[in-house]
Amino acid sequence: MPEERTALEGPAAQFNEEVLIRRIRDGERELFYELIRPYERRVFAAAFAILRNEADAEDTAQEAMLKAFKHIRQFRAESRFSTWLIQITVNEARMRRRKEHANIIEPIVDRQDEEGNYTPRDFADWREIPLETLERKEVRQKLAEALASLGEKYREVFVLRDMQQLSIEETAKALGISAASVKTRLLRARLMLRELLAPGLGGNWSSRLSLAKGVKPW
Amino acid sequence: MVVTCEEVWREVSNYLEGEVDPTLRAAMEEHFRGCKRCTAVLDGTRNVIQLYGDERMFEVPLGFSHRLHRRLEENIVPARRTFLGWMVAAAAAVLVAGGFEVARSSVFSHPELRTEHAESSSGVPPDLMVVVATDGKTFHIPGCPFIHDKARLRTIAAREAMQEGYAPCVRCMRKYLNA
Repeated sequence: MPEERTALEGPAAQFNEEVLIRRIRDGERELFYELIRPYERRVFAAAFAILRNEADAEDTAQEAMLKAFKHIRQFRAESRFSTWLIQITVNEARMRRRKEHANIIEPIVDRQDEEGNYTPRDFADWREIPLETLERKEVRQKLAEALASLGEKYREVFVLRDMQQLSIEETAKALGISAASVKTRLLRARLMLRELLAPGLGGNWSSRLSLAKGVKPW
Repeated sequence: MVVTCEEVWREVSNYLEGEVDPTLRAAMEEHFRGCKRCTAVLDGTRNVIQLYGDERMFEVPLGFSHRLHRRLEENIVPARRTFLGWMVAAAAAVLVAGGFEVARSSVFSHPELRTEHAESSSGVPPDLMVVVATDGKTFHIPGCPFIHDKARLRTIAAREAMQEGYAPCVRCMRKYLNA
């Protein structure tokens, strides 16, 4: 699995980014649009996963992009540009959340004992993974709802590692926690999501969907 | 080495990351062969990672990219322009001016988009999320009792609604119209 992830951004793409960044630093500011274009959706998704509000996420995504531009000289080539950009986004989103939601009580799941063992309660069979069903808006909606229902510390780790494809170490650095905590939270997040989704999405769902058109599979 | 179900659940995430040592991996694989429940946990966890890792999960609101670029344009002033750059900019200015003419003429040819409230909409916060009906002419605050065709609503930013020719509802948007 780790091999697949690193292949998402090949050496050619990285070289192209380095060239773009150098030229932007040298004054060709308009090239910044080209630099960020591949990451627009990912930046929004990262902000949305933390803030769970479209308008706030959009504003945060814009702020993060602007901040990235203003601090482009501080970017160090030892990390990927996408990772740096996502880190900025996460910081912006967290700051905004602290400012605007200071009095909101965290969901109950956040108070779960992180170190305690997680015991699955549902063992629905879910062998098939028909990715094409992601074309269905209600399936994406269901996935988004399940993710939104996680406590924030699980959601953040899951989003950075499994959606944004940051490494365990990058995720730890972005969130200011240890790699061990990332692994523990990641395990919980994945198992909780499985438990939320498997009963509805598991089994022979693709054929069921085609037979029962218009009927949600959960 | 024999592992229990509890140990498998504790390590299933690391197993999928390829971060368990060969002995434990072999023991877990042996366990999966004889345990349907743990196999269900493994399959489901793998599916979760695959589904959420798909690019299609990164949905953005309608007009997101356009608004982002406009915000950037407002803040990123090109440091210098080449002669060619100036020519392109001049050509763009001509096109924009032409566009305004076309827009103006199109407004006159579609009187239903030019309501008496169209100018007043400048008081509506552009980032306010509003709802519009696909075939409607006005945009509303969600829940406004004057929304027609409630079955075909979509939520967009007021800025987009205005760009698409919708006029503000004179009831639910009153406070902005009077501003």
